[in-house]
Amino acid sequence: MSSEATAGAHAGDHGDGHGDGHGHHGPKWLAHHFDTPAQQFDAAKLGMWVFLAQELLFFSGLFVAYGVYRSWYPEMFKAASHQLDKIMGGTNTIVLLFSSFTAAMAVRSSQLGKQKETGRYLLVTILCAFGFLVIKYFEYQHKFEAGLLPSRYFHPHMDHLVAGSAPLPANTGTFFGIYFMMTGVHGVHVIVGIGVLIWIYLRNQRGDFSKEFFTPVDIAALYWHLVDLVWIYLFPLLYLV
Amino acid sequence: MAAITTTPGAHHDAEDPNASFLEKKGLMSWLVTLDHKRIGIMYLISVMIAFALGGIFALLVRAELLTQGKTLMDADTYNKMFSLHGVVMVFLFIIPSIPAAMGNIILPIQLGAKDVAFPRLNLLSLYIYWFGACFGLYSMINGGVDTGWTFYTPYSSSDPALGGVGSSTSVIPMTLAAFIMGFSSILTGVNFIATVHKMRAPGLTWRRLTLFTWALYSTSIIQVLATPVLAITLLLLTMERFLGLGIFDPRLGGDPVLFQHFFWFYSHPAVYIMIVPGMGVVSDIIATFSRREPVGYMAIAASSLGLALLGFLVWGHHLFVAGMSEYATMVFSALTFLVAIPSGVKVFNWVATLYKGSISLQSPMLWALSFIFLFTIGGLTGLFLGMLAVDVHLHDTYFVVAHFHYVMVGGTVMGFVGGLHYWWPKFTGKMYDEAPAKAGWFFVFVGFNITFIAQFIMGSRGMPRRYYDYLPEYEIFHQISTVGSWVLGFGFVIILYVLVKSLMSGKPAPRNPWGSAALEFQTPTPPPTFNFVKDPVLTRGQYDYQLATEDELYEGFDDPLFPGIRGGKPAAKPAAAAEGEKE
Repeated sequence: MSSEATAGAHAGDHGDGHGDGHGHHGPKWLAHHFDTPAQQFDAAKLGMWVFLAQELLFFSGLFVAYGVYRSWYPEMFKAASHQLDKIMGGTNTIVLLFSSFTAAMAVRSSQLGKQKETGRYLLVTILCAFGFLVIKYFEYQHKFEAGLLPSRYFHPHMDHLVAGSAPLPANTGTFFGIYFMMTGVHGVHVIVGIGVLIWIYLRNQRGDFSKEFFTPVDIAALYWHLVDLVWIYLFPLLYLV
Repeated sequence: MAAITTTPGAHHDAEDPNASFLEKKGLMSWLVTLDHKRIGIMYLISVMIAFALGGIFALLVRAELLTQGKTLMDADTYNKMFSLHGVVMVFLFIIPSIPAAMGNIILPIQLGAKDVAFPRLNLLSLYIYWFGACFGLYSMINGGVDTGWTFYTPYSSSDPALGGVGSSTSVIPMTLAAFIMGFSSILTGVNFIATVHKMRAPGLTWRRLTLFTWALYSTSIIQVLATPVLAITLLLLTMERFLGLGIFDPRLGGDPVLFQHFFWFYSHPAVYIMIVPGMGVVSDIIATFSRREPVGYMAIAASSLGLALLGFLVWGHHLFVAGMSEYATMVFSALTFLVAIPSGVKVFNWVATLYKGSISLQSPMLWALSFIFLFTIGGLTGLFLGMLAVDVHLHDTYFVVAHFHYVMVGGTVMGFVGGLHYWWPKFTGKMYDEAPAKAGWFFVFVGFNITFIAQFIMGSRGMPRRYYDYLPEYEIFHQISTVGSWVLGFGFVIILYVLVKSLMSGKPAPRNPWGSAALEFQTPTPPPTFNFVKDPVLTRGQYDYQLATEDELYEGFDDPLFPGIRGGKPAAKPAAAAEGEKE
């Protein structure tokens, strides 16, 4: 009985407040099927977190494959990881960490309604993302030249290997199969992130966001943090074994 | 007033907001719609086409096995037929059938919401599904696949064109098709989770959700957590074939069994993506046609979540003979038995709901009852397969085939077709003819049992699955099974006829043809674009036949238009109870 009473009270509130949900009943950014801005924000946030959980599980398959092969061929992993460029990887880690920071600052300034500042932070984030890809490009190029490719195409050229490196054991191609899959899938996420951030940047310049409505900036930054987070795991696992 | 009270509200839309969602005409109005009901109907049409296609493949497979040796097609074609049957049925029909089609139409209405939380995402997931289906069609036209729906490595990952010894069929487009459709499934899951959490009408507490909603919520959790693992697995498989990663292909130092672990980490939970929504449909149908609150409501709801959770812990039982350590097999065997607990909870609660219920045997109820019957057989035979020693004998025999058809067809298809009949009047606005609908059910039910009981027997006698040819002692079972498949197919033809006839010349459906207390039957038929004329506020549960008013329960009942529908007075006097609800 008590729950019915509560529901009745709730019903009263609803009647007084926003009974009309069908027409145009709020700010223009409030979608037709939501009753309140808070409901819209909460739904978006929850949806994004659930999506991010999905992303983690998507990467988890790669991490499991990594774990399995690392436990089977520890020497091979050790030798192969020396062929990766720690300087470039480290630089990329810093670039991504910094871009995550600027993404967070973009959310902050958007919450405060500082449109110009938001735009600048978003721009820096996008530039960092491009910077990441450029560095990645040089890394990949070196691997291609050295013949350090997935198993079927794995033909290392001794003169291109890192000086003083130990001879590469059998199955080293598997390491590079995993390397290219992990960094490749992550790279696709970076590219998607660039697209999302550019879209958010354009919307910000158009004046879509305000102190009251900054959900898309928030959501996009969450995604970007995930991209950063995955790299923070990839870097030590692949480069610093 | 009604126990589900409404609040007044003005409407400023240019179009009449109370017009039915089917009102707008024209192809474009469908293709760009954000209305969950229209998206659901497009899904419904798509999955039914897929079902017909998969069914035709099944009939061809059975026809080939009618006699020993070559009957209809050569061995390569046969391999493609059973693979395509599996791929189409699993990825194009079973997984999206109830959640994406019926869930989309009914879930937001049962929540008293105007739409799902992310309508654009919803449309996107439909387009992704179509995009994936195009890849699948391309693969079929391009010769199909002969790997089975499981795409086991190294057969699938090793390309003869590159010196391998595996399948030379178009594996890559089919794998990509499943990969892409996985995203559709994930996005639907994300959408439903946010919708159930954030879009419920005032007064609709978690304890007042319908069991269909609970089932879809549990399913969504599995979709979000399991599907990405399949996605990455299939991506790895594609890349293995394409770039030779060396992860699954033993020639390159990879481990083909790792693929099976990855694959079943998705595909075993996927079994619950297939069965749990069907259980939700059945729970709703049984409550409505017994005119009773489901016994152990919270137990049924919790067991849906329990199945979702346990589904992640049992994948290893697919690998008992694939070379796991014996301790791992023991643990997986024990965990597998745990699945019996939530399944049993559900079955006993449904039966308890029927006990002393006021049962009316309309066609949706027949489907729901046959669901219980078939699912029980499917579940109990699962115990044989979960048992280590017995599984060694039964592994990859027709016993397994019959088992999973009892669970997946007996579960999903019974739930799907039952739900289709149950909600058909609601979302088409038309009634169907009860007598031929019952006949269709009869043929499906009988045909199904003939087909698969024969397979249980020959499987237990050692007939392996997937084989093109067999020894003479199995011939009689194959013939019984094939004849059964024709009866089964004939049943579906009748159902198709009933539904098409209903669309062409069906009588207009009343608001509440079954006298249900649930929210979706309190809104006009077919529902307006925003689902309700006025925003609903719930003051009772959706199964509360004690508190539901006569107004809510009896429109359509004893209607001269529908003489077939059982009339009578409610078990409890609702008027007095409803009196207290007046505002």
